[in-house]
Formats: sequence, C-alpha cells, structure tokens
Amino acid sequence: MIGATLVGIATSAIRLATPYLYAAIGEAIGQLSGVLNLGVDGIMLMGAFTGFYVTLLTGHPALGLLAAMATGASMGLLMAFISVTLQAEQGISGIGLYLFGLGLSTLLFGMTVGTVKTVSGFPQAPIPGLSRIPILGEILFSHNPLVYGAFALVPLAWFVLNKTPLGLKLRAAGQNPLAADSLGVDVIRVRYVAVVLGGVLSGIAGASLSIALLNVFQQNMTNGMGFIAVALVYFGGWRPLGVLAGAMLFSTVNAIQVWLQVQGVKIPSDFALMMPYVITILVLASMAKRRIHAPAALNKPFERGGE
Amino acid sequence: MRKLGGILGLMVLFGVCTFGAPFRVAVILPSTINDFAWSQSMYEALVAIQEEMGEDNFQFVYSENMYVIADAAAAIRDYATQGYNLIIAHGSQYGSSLVDIAPDFPKTSFVWGSTAQTFTELGIHNIFAYAPHAEEGGYVNGVIAALLTKTGVIGGIGPIKTGDAKRYAAGFEKGIKDTRPEVQVNYTFIGSYSDVALASEAARTFVNAGADVLTGTAQMTVGAISVAKEKGIFWLGYDVDQSPLAPTTVVASIVVDWTVALKPIIGMIQEGKRGGEILPLTFANGGLKLAFNEAALEGKLSPIEIIELKATVWETVRKIVSGEITIEVE
Repeated sequence: MIGATLVGIATSAIRLATPYLYAAIGEAIGQLSGVLNLGVDGIMLMGAFTGFYVTLLTGHPALGLLAAMATGASMGLLMAFISVTLQAEQGISGIGLYLFGLGLSTLLFGMTVGTVKTVSGFPQAPIPGLSRIPILGEILFSHNPLVYGAFALVPLAWFVLNKTPLGLKLRAAGQNPLAADSLGVDVIRVRYVAVVLGGVLSGIAGASLSIALLNVFQQNMTNGMGFIAVALVYFGGWRPLGVLAGAMLFSTVNAIQVWLQVQGVKIPSDFALMMPYVITILVLASMAKRRIHAPAALNKPFERGGE
Repeated sequence: MRKLGGILGLMVLFGVCTFGAPFRVAVILPSTINDFAWSQSMYEALVAIQEEMGEDNFQFVYSENMYVIADAAAAIRDYATQGYNLIIAHGSQYGSSLVDIAPDFPKTSFVWGSTAQTFTELGIHNIFAYAPHAEEGGYVNGVIAALLTKTGVIGGIGPIKTGDAKRYAAGFEKGIKDTRPEVQVNYTFIGSYSDVALASEAARTFVNAGADVLTGTAQMTVGAISVAKEKGIFWLGYDVDQSPLAPTTVVASIVVDWTVALKPIIGMIQEGKRGGEILPLTFANGGLKLAFNEAALEGKLSPIEIIELKATVWETVRKIVSGEITIEVE
C-alpha cells in the first residue's frame, strides 16, 4: 500500500512538472541571453489554444504540437522585437505580452470552438522494456511523449548551453554584451534566437496541457503557471538541472497535497494548497546565501557602442 | 401626409416605450455562457424566459468571464446607470459589490446568487437572492454513486469550500453514507474555479486510490471529466446536463433551473417590489432536476440492474420532495 502510494505520488509529480520544465527552461535560455520575458503565461495560453484547435480540426496531436510551436515562435518574435529591437522595458513588455496572450487565446477560443470540447491528444506511450521495470518503470516510463520530451530537454539544454558555441555566445550576450560584441558576437541576433526558442518551448508547455495531459482547452487554463516557471528559473540558478530540481520539488509537494486531500487526511484544504508555495519559498530563502547571480546584463537592452 | 405619418410613427414609438417597454435584464457571469456548468445554466434560463415572454417583452445582455471582482463591480454599476430593470450578479463573490452599488440605484433591482442573504439588515431593500439547495442534488448523486461503485471508493472534486460547492459536497457524502455506510468517500477542494490541471490531477489521484465513481462542481471539473472518460469510470455532474461532454461517462447530472427563481422575481418587480426576497431552488419546486443518462450504463450493468438503480434514485428524489429525507448542512 505504501509502495503503491509513493509510486502514485511520484508519477503525479512527474506529470505535473512537465509544463513547468518546458516553460522554465525556455525562460532560462532567454534570461541567459539577457532578456527577461514575463509573458510566458500568455505564450503558454496561445500555444495551448492553437495546439488544441489544430488537433480538434485535424485529429493529429503532432500537427497540433507543430502549430503550438509556431505560435510560440511568433509570440517570442514579437517579444524579441519589442524588447530587443525597440528596447522597451522588458518587465512591462512581458506583462503586456501575457495580457495579450490571455485575451487573444480567450477571444479566439470563443470565436472558433466556444464550448467545452475534448480532443484525443497524445496517448500514453509506455516505453517498451523500460516500462516493465518494477516501480521505476511506472514512475518514469509510462507517460505520454511530451512528458518524456520535457525530461529529455534538461540534459539537451545543459549540453547546448555549456558545450556548444551557441551556448557560449548566448551566455556572453547576457553577461557582457559589449565584450561579446567586440569579439564578433551578433548580440541582437543571439538574443532574438534565445527569445524565440524560449517562445517555442513555452508554446510546447501550453500544448502539453491542452493536447497531452488534459485534452481540453479553457480560458486562462494555465492559471499562472508561466509566472511560477519564471520563479523556477531564479530558483534553479539559471541552470537546467537547477530548474529540474525546482520543478520536481514544487510538483512533488503539489502531488502530495492533492494526495493528502484525496485520502481524506484531515488538514484544512487551504493549508494543503499553500504547502507547495510555502515550501518553495522556504527552500529559496535557505539557499539565498549561496545564490548564483543573475546574468549581469539581464533586463538591459543592448545598443552597439552604447554606455 | 408625410407629416402625419411622422407624427403617427412617433406616437407608435412613444407607445412602445412607455406601455410595452420590455423588461431588461443584465447578468454578470464569472465564466462563459458555454462552460458546461454554472454560467451556462444561467444563460439557458434567460434564453428560456425570453422564449416564453417574447423578445419584445424580455431582453437580456450579459458580461462573461467576470472573474475579476473589480471588473464585475464596474459592469454592475454600468448596467445600473443604463437603467436595466434587473441586474443579476451570478456569483457569491459579487456580494460586497452589490452592497456598495445597490443603494445608489434604488429604482433598480439586483439579484445576488447564490446565497441566502439580501442585506435588508443593512437597510438595503432592492436586492433579491436565490439559493439552490445543492445538498439535495448532492444527496441524490451520492445515492447513485454508492449504488454504482464496485471498488467501494468514491471521490469528489470541488473548487473552494463555500456556498453551493460546500452544500453539494455535504449532501453527496450523506447520500453515500445513508445508502452504503461502508463505502469510502473523500471530497477534495482544489482552491480554484479555473485550475483545470489541478482538477484533473486530483481525478487521476482518486483513480490511483481505487475510485471508480467521481463527482464535482464548478467549471474547472471539465479536466476531471476528461480523466474519468479516459479511465472509463463514472462521473456524476452538477449545474447542467454534462452528458454531451462524455456520453458513456456521465451517468447523471443535477440540473439547476434558474427560471424557477427568476420568474417570480420578475413578477415581483413588475408588481412594484424591489428586493428583500430569498428564492430557494429545490427538487420540490422544480429548481433542481435530475438528468439521468441511461446510455452511460448500457453494457456495464444488466438491464435489470439499471431498472433497479433508476427506481431507487427516483424514489430518493420523491422522498426529498415529500420531506421524508431531510439533509442538514452547516
């Protein structure tokens, strides 16, 4: 019984962490290049809607995923244009982008689908062989493809950021854009690439809700997940592994609180709901001493020959 | 000749405006008119009243997605300024806004739903209230759940533990205990009306814990219904008939028929009363109805079992109506 419970909680936690992983790693990439994008939640909503709508029309979740990625890319491009080219205040433009995504996804949903509908999204795809491993097989290898993708993204992002020229350029653009520029890095272009990539990942994060985990779309269905993803970037110290740790901590506590309530453990529901946030804040505070500093040029627009 | 026609036209127009003036209603909805839950049931009630009274006599407008209370308050004030006869604030979260606004528009009537409070004690006399006895619906669904479960584990998913959701949950648990005391039922509140992801995760956790019948209220439960459908277990709905969402999953829905409260309110306003009345919605007065979806049971229960189940369920409704079953809630 205890074993089955722990497996259940761990499986829940893996599932719950999925949208956060995509969104937070995307956000980390953007921030490492020097752009704070607070519009993640809005991009997620647009990705969730287009992914859902295209899946509803075509019956193919893979096409839905592509549509969500394209939508995420365009939203990322818009953010990059506003914050990198026009050099608008990043925090404010991100919030603007969020409200835009929230409003537009609601409007488009109202105009096209209008009512509650479910789609057949990505099915469960247990990995042959691996899913038969006792305990671990069920926890790790019996999910839908987008869940695997989220966890595969962690080492992939680590590799790209730390072991490739693109990763180096990206971090240089976020740490010291003037020096990077003098060494021939096209800072503007690197930032565009990073923010668009972040947008694509946020789009997938939204789609992971609407066509893989829930298979429905509703207005504001992300419910602020995008903002938690931004917090997870700080939590994780701008490192994919750190983001993974943060996302897993948050989603595990969330899975435990759902489980406690479902089991009828008599704790006030409001208290249970607070738990993930309280524990996240506690851990964050306890780590403050050894906090890794944000990219030096985060939030600062770059202009050639400026400063 | 043309002049005469003009005057005649003006007279006709004037006549329409004063004697045949339509009854104008504005409604504030926290979600959308097609949410398959709370807001949709109210919208359908207004459409039904309009069909009955005719478009010339009854007109209504609505504001959807008013989940931000400040926005809702602004909309309520706007509608009041525009001279609507009746403004319906369809959500318990709007109560304090009405207390603020209603005294400024003594000739306009307001409705606060759902609650059992009209603020006459504050000297406000132009607020009506309607109160669905959700516990009655919850009780009937509880009886159905107890009869359906094979695993003996049942789960409920609510938004915030207050108002309708709380009363429904209390009734649901009592219905199960009165039918089969050995059945294990847990009701969880996820703290949100909109968090579809958490509602669906709660449903998955219930399934992992062995539940084979689930219920829940409010618009975020679509996430849970989708899980019930995927896992092939039963769902019992509330607010509107939710069976179109998942025809082989939703066995029964408790449908709230707001016309039962709205029609008397409109009648009272036309007779010059402005507020102060609380209108209950119960099985007895037709404000609550049971929509049974037999199709969800076919192939899973034998025809005789289905007949027996239905007989017990309708007997339960009859006993609630006759007062043989009473459900106390805090």
